[in-house]
This record gives sequence, C-alpha cells and structure tokens, in this order.
Amino acid sequence: MTVTGGVAIVGSGLVKRFARDKKESITALDGVSFEARHGELTALVGPDGAGKTTLLRLVAGLMRTDEGTLRVLDLDAATQPQEIQNRISYMPQRFGLYEDLSVQENLDLYADLHGVSVEQRQERYPRLMEMTALAPFRERLAGKLSGGMKQKLGLACTLVRSPDLLLLDEPTVGVDPLSRRELWEIVSSLVENEGLSVVVSTSYMDEAERCAHVVVLHEGKVLADGVPSSISSRARGHSFIATSTQNESARALQARLIDREDVIDAVPQGGRVRAVLRAESAQSIPEATFEPAEPTLEDGLMLLLRQQTNAKPAAGAAIELADKPAPDREQVVIETHDVVRKFGDFTAVNRTSFEVRRGEVFGLLGPNGAGKTTTFRMLCGLLPATSGTLLVAGADLRTARAEARQNIGYVAQKFSLYGDITVRENLDFFAGAYGLRGARANERIDWAMDNFELSNRAGAATGKLPGGFQRRLAMAAALLHEPQIVFLDEPTSGADPLARREFWRRISSLADHGTTIVVTTHFMEEAEYCDRIMIQDAGTMLAIGTPDEVRQQAADESHPVATMEEAFIAIVEKSRDQVRAKDAA
Amino acid sequence: MSGAAVQAPLSWRRLKALVTKETRQLVRDKSNLMVGLFLPVVLILIFGYGLSFDVKNAPVAIVTEDTSPAAQDVVAGFYLSPYFSAIPLTSMQTARELMLKREVDAIVYLQSDFSRQLAAGHATVQVLVHGVDANRARVLQAFAQGAIGQWAVKRAAAGQSGSAPPITLQTRLWFNEANNSTHFLVPGLIVLIMTLNGALLTSLVMAREWERGTLESLFVTPVNTNEIIIAKLVPYFVVGLAGLTMCLLAGKFLFHVPIRGSLLLIIFISMVYLLVSLSLGLLISAATKNQFLASQIALVVSFLPALMLSGFIFDLNSVPAVVRGISRVLPPTYYVEALQTLFLAGDVSGLLIKDCAVLVTAAVVLIALTRRNTRKVLG
Repeated sequence: MTVTGGVAIVGSGLVKRFARDKKESITALDGVSFEARHGELTALVGPDGAGKTTLLRLVAGLMRTDEGTLRVLDLDAATQPQEIQNRISYMPQRFGLYEDLSVQENLDLYADLHGVSVEQRQERYPRLMEMTALAPFRERLAGKLSGGMKQKLGLACTLVRSPDLLLLDEPTVGVDPLSRRELWEIVSSLVENEGLSVVVSTSYMDEAERCAHVVVLHEGKVLADGVPSSISSRARGHSFIATSTQNESARALQARLIDREDVIDAVPQGGRVRAVLRAESAQSIPEATFEPAEPTLEDGLMLLLRQQTNAKPAAGAAIELADKPAPDREQVVIETHDVVRKFGDFTAVNRTSFEVRRGEVFGLLGPNGAGKTTTFRMLCGLLPATSGTLLVAGADLRTARAEARQNIGYVAQKFSLYGDITVRENLDFFAGAYGLRGARANERIDWAMDNFELSNRAGAATGKLPGGFQRRLAMAAALLHEPQIVFLDEPTSGADPLARREFWRRISSLADHGTTIVVTTHFMEEAEYCDRIMIQDAGTMLAIGTPDEVRQQAADESHPVATMEEAFIAIVEKSRDQVRAKDAA
Repeated sequence: MSGAAVQAPLSWRRLKALVTKETRQLVRDKSNLMVGLFLPVVLILIFGYGLSFDVKNAPVAIVTEDTSPAAQDVVAGFYLSPYFSAIPLTSMQTARELMLKREVDAIVYLQSDFSRQLAAGHATVQVLVHGVDANRARVLQAFAQGAIGQWAVKRAAAGQSGSAPPITLQTRLWFNEANNSTHFLVPGLIVLIMTLNGALLTSLVMAREWERGTLESLFVTPVNTNEIIIAKLVPYFVVGLAGLTMCLLAGKFLFHVPIRGSLLLIIFISMVYLLVSLSLGLLISAATKNQFLASQIALVVSFLPALMLSGFIFDLNSVPAVVRGISRVLPPTYYVEALQTLFLAGDVSGLLIKDCAVLVTAAVVLIALTRRNTRKVLG
C-alpha cells in the first residue's frame, strides 16, 4: 500500500493510435503528459474526441500505449496491468452491471472478485447502502433500476472495498440533477474523509470546478492543467453578464452575441446572457449593456479552446431558412388536456395539461422516471394516451395520427439512423419516407448538407462517424420535410460544451422562423434557452412557465434561488416531501 | 507484452463467485433454458416420432384384373402386412390417377391372364413405385418383394411349384433387422442435442458481455482469463448433462434402443464432446463479440455439420470424397461414430480410443484458442 511521493499516476509522452481502416489511423492521444495526485480529485475535461476515455482505459490497463510511459500507483501500466487492476476500481461510461442480477447480487459479485472478507462487508455494505439510498431496492434486478440508480449501483460496486485509485468515466451522463448531486456527494465525502484518489472525466464544467486538479484535453493533447482557478482566471476581465437594451429574449440576445467574431462565448443565464468577450471591454457591441462577472471554469475553457485551437462555439451553426410570412406566434400548436397514461397499475403520466404556441421553445424537465419520455411519445403519436385529449398541429392524435405526423419531426434519444449506409443515403431515405421526390428532395438534402455541415463526409458510413456528427445528421433528417413542430429527446446528452452551443444556435434559428421546438434535457442551464419549461416528477406536473417564473416559484420558499439547477432541485424535493408527508399521514 | 505472462494462479473464491453469477444469469434468462432444456425434449419427440425412415401403412393400389383364387393369394400379403394399406381396385386407369395425385405410393398390377401365366410357369406381377422420394421408394420396393416372396415360399412349401419363383424383383437395399431406424437415430440425436446445447448457448455468453459492456468493468478486477472461461463453461456443462440424461432416458424407455456397450463410456465420451462443443461456442463468441453474428456462425459451423456431415443422417461412405474429407476433421463425426458403436455394436475398444483421443485433442485446442481470444484488453 505504500506509494512513493504524493503521485498516483504519472504519464509522459503518451501516444495511442487506433486503426480506422487498413490505411488510415486515428491518433487518440498525441503526446499526453500529466499527473494525478493522491488523495485528490483530478478531472479530465475536453470536447468529444479529446481522448478522455482512451486515457482512462490506459490507466486501467485495458489498453497499451504505443509510445510514452505510464506509471500507476508506482506500477508500469504496460507490463503490470493485472497488479494495477488488483488495486484500482474503474467505472466505465457504461458501467457493466449485470442487469439480470439483483442489486445485492451485483455487489456480492464484485466483493467476491475483490476478495472482500465477510467482516469487511458487514462494515462496508451498510455505508454503501446509506450513501446510495439503494437499501430498499436490494432485491430488485439491476435492469429494473432507473438511470440514476444504475449509476449509483455502479459506483457502489466499484467501492465494495477501498481502492487505492478510483477511475470514473463520465459518471453522470444521462443522469438527472438530483442523482448527479447525490453521486458527487458520495465521491466528495470519500475524498475528504478517506483520502481516496479519484480521476474523473466529465463534460460538466461545474463538476470539474469541484476538483482539485483539472487536465484540459483537446484532440489528444493537453491544453492546460492546474487548479480550476488557474484555468478560469484566464478569462478574468473577459467575462461579462449582458443585458439587452431591446425588448428581446435571452435566447435572442445569446444568438446575436454568439454569432459575433468579437464574442468568444455566450450562454443564457438567469434571464440574461453570460458572455466571454475577446477584448476586455464591450464597447463595440450595440444594443446591450455589459457588467463584468467573475469568470467560471467554462469561461476559461472556452477562451482556451479559442486561443489555442481557434475553435469557435456555434460557428456557422445558424440555419438558413427560406423567408416566410411572419408566423402567428399566438397560434396554439400543441394542446393537451388532462392526459393520463397508465402501464398496468403504474401511472406514468397523471392528468397533465399544457399548451405550446407557434415558434416556442418548450422544455420538458424532470428526474429519471418522471414521465418525460412517456409524455414525449404521446405527443409524437408513438404511444396512445389512456385518457385525455392531445391536439398536435391541429390534428387529434386519437383520430388523425398520420396527419399529425406529417407536421412533426422527431429526434430520438438513441441514434436511430441506419449505421451501415452513408450520410447521403440516410438523407435520401428519409426524404423518400417523408414523401419528398425529385428536385424538391434534392433541394432539401442540399439544404441539410449545407446547414448541418455534413457535405465533407457525405459518403462515409454513418455508424463510423463521431457522436457529434451523428447527432447533427439525426437532426437534419428530422427537418427534411420542414415540420411545424420538432421533438428532441435529450439531444445534448453526452455532448460537450461546444457541441451544445452549436445545437442551441440551430434551435434558436429554427424557432425564430416559426418552428415549434419541444425538447427534454438533463442540463438545467439549457432550460435557459427555452421560452417556457415544464417540470415533471413521478408523472405529475410540478411547475410550468418561463425560466424566470419557475425560478421565482422555487425562490418563494425558504431560500433564494440563483440557478435553474437549484430551482429544479428545490421544486422536485418539495414535491417529494409533500408526497412523503401525505403517505405518512 | 503478452497478457498471459502475468497471470496469477486460479482463485477458487473468484471462480465460485463467477460460476454463481453465470448460473443466476442462465436460470433467469428464460430463452437460455428454453434452448437448454425444452429444445432437447422437442427434438427427441420430433426426431423420435416424426423423423423416421421406416415405412408403415403406405397406401398401395392393388389392381387385380384376374379374380382367380391364385391371384387373390398373391396379393393377400399386401392386405395383411402392417407396412401397407392396400386399396383394392379393378381398373389400372383409376390407379394411375391416384398415383399422380400421390394418394398411393405404389401400384401392384396383376393382369387378367395372371393365372394362365402362372400355370405356364412365368407369371408377371407389375409393381410401380412412386419414385420421387428415392429412399421411401426403395423401401417400398423391397417390402413388395418381401410380400410376394413370402407367397412364393408358401407356394413352394405347399409343393405346388418346383420351379424358381415366378416373379422377379430386384432388391438394392438392406435394413436393420428390426426395420427400425429409431435405433440408429437416437445416438445421432444425442450428438445434435449436445452440439446445440453447447455451441448455441455459449456462443451468446461472451458476446453478450462484450455487447453490454460488462467485461470492461469485470476486467478491472483481480479476475483472470482462466476464471472467466471456466466460469462460463461450468453451468452450461451442467445443462448439457441434463440434456444428455433426457436423451438417454428417452432412448431407453421411449424408443427402447439397445445399449450394447458401456453406459459409463457413453457418458464419458459425451462429456468430452460437450466440452468440445461448449468451447467451440465460447471461441466463436469471444472472436465475434456480437451475439447475432455468433449465433449464426455457431449454427453454420456446429449444428449443421453435426446434422449433415457427421454420418448421422447421410452415410459417410456414400458421400463424395471431398465431403468425406471435411467430415473427417469435424469432431461430431467421431462422436457419432463412437455413440453408434456403443449403442448398437458394443465396446469396440480400438475405435473408441481413437474417437476419444480426437475429441480430447479438439477440446484442448478449442479452449486454448478461446483463451487466446479473451485477453483482458480492449480493442
């Protein structure tokens, strides 16, 4: 157990290449040198394809480096992988829970494999159960747990004994804010109280901000590393909060700012816009006032990416759309009244009523298992409602489902295009499926290729393209027939900050042109892009309104609320407390 | 750096944990149990009762234009035989129509002057057999020969004819003495079930772990490759033995197949073959890392050869040399040979030692290959 110095991992000059096909190879890591210290949280951050997962797999002894040396716990990763694996715990992005084993059986399996004695278990299990709140579900099959619970069980399996080093690969992807907070509480307390050494990769900058050490990776190279403040302070003097002097929404101001060359980054925040400017003053930007703001890690990262790689968020992402007469924004395009959906005895959606108007961006938020996906599927006509009325684009989904479908586009959460045919062939197919033919089909496909930057890989097999590219293609395919309403189910799950900005820039331009957007997300800050949001939990609608209204609804309670995430957690917890009180009564 | 150099010795505790896990998964996944236990039962019933090369109650048109007692005597055998279901007719025209519609499998035709020919010492009985199913046709032909032959023998015994049998029919087929192909099929059936249980079930298990990403977590534990492989073999081995037991019981009590050799030897050689078949499935699974592909490949390289090329259905001596060559490198061929010998002929030690040696070698090679294909390394 003795480890020399305070260093858990030392990597120098790490290179890892993968063969894409016979001729080409991809360099996933290109000379990476980094350190992770004992008793600390080290974060690996960076856009998709930066090499985070590859680096963690090298450390876990699951892959061998092509060049460079890597020492983990003072062992050579190239020659002693088994010795390393005996001492570390690793939670891959998709943790390998055995779904047909129960919670307890999964824990027992990993305890047996790690040689945890009966006495140690008696001491360890109650703590793990307390931390993860899985105690009531011990006998439940892992496959029947919600996404957040699965992640917590995965973490518990890696913690059945005290590892000398814990590796977590994007542990909170697709996990709702409540579960995410719980996961981080577990990890933080282990680091603080037991001096656990943890390396975590993440695309949430607020998570990286909690770490002692941040390594920024980009395209297989280290752009920067150090304490979080050393990276965020790079943006000092460049960070501002912008307020529009015109009567425009935060989203409109954000879209206006992010398209400018002298703006490095812009995101809506609390009804205003957080902006990182290239210059340290904002004189050149009209129709907005700017106040200096404390820089965040995300600000620093965006600045770094821009300076070192010239990556510009959402560059060229605004979609060109044919000019049409100004849409009637008062027109109600989605109307639901007392919608109920039951699966057997279980009520997935309970008496939900809301309206969405033309050109609105409407966000559905809720913890895992809240009924978002069910609501979504009913709106798309994929699932009939048990009772209640649903009108979509003027068509009743009970009687005129086909008619309603003509007017909607749907982007599923999982990649649902054909992986083994090319980008162009996928677009051809979807154009055909939507009834577009001849010149019209070609015109729409050309539009999609241009506006979603697909042209350079038109002939590539879709399944082999990076995730970000696939997401763009999925969205392009859903827009070919110019639907009035677009449904997007967790479109940014697992996407990096750059890709998310690009996505929202496209959404903004669609909404500007009168397309109605219904979207679900686990990134609470993304709710700020929405005109209105609805929060659901356990099938019940808890809040609906503009982001400001929802924030205020939460702030009415004992303490003021600053961010959307805090508002969300406050609203859901309050509702759960009420349910518990009612059950107890 | 090969992954094998730093393997710790096998840990019983970890092995036990993994075997428990595999067993739970096996028991909970209903589709596995269906293939493992239900399918053998279905196969036993289908092959035992449905697939039979025996001919029984074959519809035969008996056309006698001659009504003399002698003529009736000749065809009486057809009416009494359990192999035929005779339909008396008087017109050849009707018989032909029935044959065309395949309502009868054969026509026995006695011309109007049959008794006169018989008296002259050279009578002709025409037997027309529907030849589309060549196998069945040959059987029928031979049965017809038998039926008429009996009449000839009886006639000879009664001293009515000192001359040669007046009817000539050529026979080109031999049967087992009991006219019962089930005896021959049951050993083959055991081979099929052992193959199916082994290769098809295990072809899924390793690929499933790759697909679900569970191996990535499992790899970063003290577990070693030997433990993973052995843990995958054990539960399916037990299921295989259950299948074997069912086959043996069905063979003995349902189909009354004689077991002329040693039962212990049958069980031993079946266990060795089970190991061959399990490790073949595991190898396919480890190499493809994809459940669908693995199950398809397992069907093509294990089940179909065991069915077609092992000598189970088609006699290897009557297939082209190339096919015979292929079947000589397939383990099921040796298993079929050993089982048929043990069931029907008894302990022929030289042959059995050769078969055992081949099967043991195959098992060792396949397990070694699986081990090579299951290194604790990703892509």
